[in-house]
Amino acid sequence: MATKPVKLLGFWDSPYVNRVQFALNLKSIDHEFIEENILSKSELLLRSNPVQKKIPVLIHGDEPICESLNIVQYIDEVWTDGPSILPSHPRDRAMSRFWAAYIDEKWLPLLWEVYEAKEEDSRTTLLEKVREGLVLLEAAFVKCSKGKAFFGGDSIGYLDIALGGCLGWLKGIEKLASVKLLDETKTPALLGWAETFCSNEAAKNVVPEPEKLNKCLKEFQAQAAAATK
Amino acid sequence: MAEEVKLFRTWSSPYALRIVWALKLKGIEYETIFEDLTNKSPSLLQYNPTHGKVPVLVRDGKPVCESLVILEYVDETWKHNPLLPQDPYEKSMARFWANFGDDKLMKSIWQLFIAHEKDQDVAAVAALENLKIVEEQLKGKKFFHGETIGYLDLAFGWIANLVSILEEIMSLKLVDGERFPHLSSWIQHFIDAPVIRDCWPPRDKMIIKFQVMRENYLAAATPK
Repeated sequence: MATKPVKLLGFWDSPYVNRVQFALNLKSIDHEFIEENILSKSELLLRSNPVQKKIPVLIHGDEPICESLNIVQYIDEVWTDGPSILPSHPRDRAMSRFWAAYIDEKWLPLLWEVYEAKEEDSRTTLLEKVREGLVLLEAAFVKCSKGKAFFGGDSIGYLDIALGGCLGWLKGIEKLASVKLLDETKTPALLGWAETFCSNEAAKNVVPEPEKLNKCLKEFQAQAAAATK
Repeated sequence: MAEEVKLFRTWSSPYALRIVWALKLKGIEYETIFEDLTNKSPSLLQYNPTHGKVPVLVRDGKPVCESLVILEYVDETWKHNPLLPQDPYEKSMARFWANFGDDKLMKSIWQLFIAHEKDQDVAAVAALENLKIVEEQLKGKKFFHGETIGYLDLAFGWIANLVSILEEIMSLKLVDGERFPHLSSWIQHFIDAPVIRDCWPPRDKMIIKFQVMRENYLAAATPK
């Protein structure tokens, strides 16, 4: 099963796609990366994800798997001879899934809202909410890592991947708004974690560089606005 | 050593019902703690400080929160009568559809439920489209995973109960046998299953509760 060809439909600026890239790298899975233009979606994407029409989509053989956290779990369950991504104990797995769900439902959408914010006031409010979320995630990190380098302990795990995918946008926003979101006083452990994560083999060529990312997102926003006129 | 299992829930929460059903399917004994969400207990706030919501499953003093996360936890802890498919691809599809149910279907039906009359037509389009997508998934199947009740049936279980209550309040039929034959048939099979039918919250009480909720939403949204 694990020898069927693997394709990833995505774009490098997406946190959701980055997550899948981390997982593929962690398991040393050979794959073809097919770059998608969100504003002009390919036939392949629309056929593979007809319900959501979104990236990332992993195509394993001829079976499409959609939604980043879904894909990461799938990868972990199929390629079992690489390092494990989810913890082995059901309670630890539940904790990882809980915080990943928190990130996706409550926190990550705030980052995009910051990019979309037109007024300084709304941006400031959003940044405060981002920081509040990071304080919660700092506590989660301290609890999950038990003094080790990653949420997953000695090695990168599910929650590292879930939050790690957000680092591109987080650093991009720090640059764009000239703010510090991860800082030494409120989130010292996460600050250390971010550095360790970004220099890891599985992540280092994946997390986008802030200036390049911001330029790309600005162009995307301009094109999206023009397309709706 | 007997393990202690508790479930924090409300009498009406469809999310908590998922866990009631799951524990029943697995034959797990547990203590129920009913919460009043207008006056949350210190225990609930201690066990779920992030959201303060139900359901929360507590096993040997340690909490698990978020209903779909709890479902997987229950399935992984008590491995008999599995809820999720074993095959990784089938499992990923189950997770995908459960998220679709919560993120898209439930939200669109809720939007229709709280819409003013003038906005109902537009809201109905989204709800019906999403229902059609679920209808497709049930073609040729008694339950979502085949012959027996599993994870996706529990995740979509609210359709079998809550939707008819909302329909009655709105005087609007959404899931009719002609447009949605497979979904209608699934609802009947699900309702009839012995494990499921003993757990429904009282219908008349639900109608009153959701009627009041709708009135409050409509009043809040009415321009003064």
